[in-house]
Amino acid sequence: MTLQIESRTPALDDAGHPVEELVLNVGPSHPSTHGVGRMIVHLDGDVVVKVTPVIGYLHRGIEKMAENRTYLQIVPLTDRLDYVGSMYANWAYCRAVERLAGIRVPERAEYLRVIVCELQRIASHMMSIGSSAADTGAFSMFIYTFDVREGVVELFENLCGSRLTYNYVRPGGVSKDVPEGWTDDVLAFTGSLGPRLDELDRLFFGNTITRGRLKGVGVLSPEDAVAWGASGPAVRGSGVNWDLRQHRAYSVYPRMEFDVVVGERGDAYDRARVRLLECYESAKIIEQCIAQMRAGAIMTEGLPRLLAPPVGEAYDHIESARGSLGVYLVSDGSERPYRMKVRSPAFCNLALLPLLAVGHTLPDLVVILGSLDPVFGEVDR
Amino acid sequence: MTGFEQLQTRLAELSPKLYPLFSEEFGDAVIGVERSQLIETAEELRALGFDRLGMVTAIDRQEWFTLVYRVASRSLSAAVFLKTRVPREDAHLDSLCGVWPAANWQEREVFDLFGIVFDGHPDLRRILLPEDWVGYPLRKDYEDDRIIRRPDYI
Repeated sequence: MTLQIESRTPALDDAGHPVEELVLNVGPSHPSTHGVGRMIVHLDGDVVVKVTPVIGYLHRGIEKMAENRTYLQIVPLTDRLDYVGSMYANWAYCRAVERLAGIRVPERAEYLRVIVCELQRIASHMMSIGSSAADTGAFSMFIYTFDVREGVVELFENLCGSRLTYNYVRPGGVSKDVPEGWTDDVLAFTGSLGPRLDELDRLFFGNTITRGRLKGVGVLSPEDAVAWGASGPAVRGSGVNWDLRQHRAYSVYPRMEFDVVVGERGDAYDRARVRLLECYESAKIIEQCIAQMRAGAIMTEGLPRLLAPPVGEAYDHIESARGSLGVYLVSDGSERPYRMKVRSPAFCNLALLPLLAVGHTLPDLVVILGSLDPVFGEVDR
Repeated sequence: MTGFEQLQTRLAELSPKLYPLFSEEFGDAVIGVERSQLIETAEELRALGFDRLGMVTAIDRQEWFTLVYRVASRSLSAAVFLKTRVPREDAHLDSLCGVWPAANWQEREVFDLFGIVFDGHPDLRRILLPEDWVGYPLRKDYEDDRIIRRPDYI
């Protein structure tokens, strides 16, 4: 790939000496890029003048691969999109297939989907907060948040045998019912979560260094957030109340009582804090689900192994940890999709980086990138 | 009244211009336009409160490409698909970056993978693939010896 550097007349400093812009390459393999992302940063001294994100290092062509696979064979591909939140891509894809093929999902499966996705939200937000903290030098926080995340990952391992790529949500339901005692383990986890989150809140968000590093950095106005298509904590951190779980209330969310957490200032601090506070809400939702869930089927009866939905198009989206995750499917009546498109919230949120970073210093750029929480598996697809 | 009918009634009141373009397709509200009308329709939608452009994508229909835009409105709590067609040999249309800035990266993605040119786009470069990539992989006639064809038995 060729890197084009614009030539421009150098500006002059107060003493009349020419000031040259420094072009710095960050990544694609760099700890602060949260994966394999690259940024070309133009610096004036220590201040960012322009950022050009360069993405695609993890592009596997999942949308193209899907055209060559049956509907059931695509579910494991969706695990590889957002690899810290596989359950969401599983679910968004399955919802699109179910709309396309007109499949009704048993109620117990819907509850299980909500439970795993809310657990996933806690795990994913912990990853985000932990790595944001590590970006600002607070590495010990990373250990605390990963301790919480480990609890979720262990629950998932007991549920479906996998710690990262779950392949749990399937068209028509979920792959397995819960093992014995699993819901008690979940309740023990959510019961102990509150004090642990309180501790994180005190340790990280109450910390003077964190406040100094995160407050007022990367301020996103509500107007820009909406116009640029931000979603998830990136838009809610700016005070925009937009959460598909409430505004489009899919699955069993209409029966749940929870609050949509919104920030005020739209800076990196608010985006991170929205993530922390959402974990409390997720625990509430999980507890309500377990209380309401009844025994029953977890998979639609009589579903053919080889799905061939009628000719048509379907779009469905869910609120993932990063925002509105949508899947658009086009069927030509065969057993393989004609076209699959993944509307990736991480991709759309990352498009905000050039807007947010200008005028901040290079270390702040790292904080801003972390606050947008990109997962490059999903950005690049 | 279904969500589609509600939205249709609202649009009949709000915009006599958009109302005749409105149709239902597979349960979704769709506004189908000629590519020359795309920008004015998009501006009309935006003026009505459709302030979020969620998704831009394309479908290769062999003779033509179908462009699909999904726009949502918080104030109307509704979403519509805006669709248009471009012929395969003359694959270009106006960019919607001026109406919804969110179109920027998503149009670049469509350009990258389908080779559809967006006129007036501020920064139309490949985004996911390297700049020296040859061809547009999501076109149905794309050939590449790295593609592994799965056998027809399943």
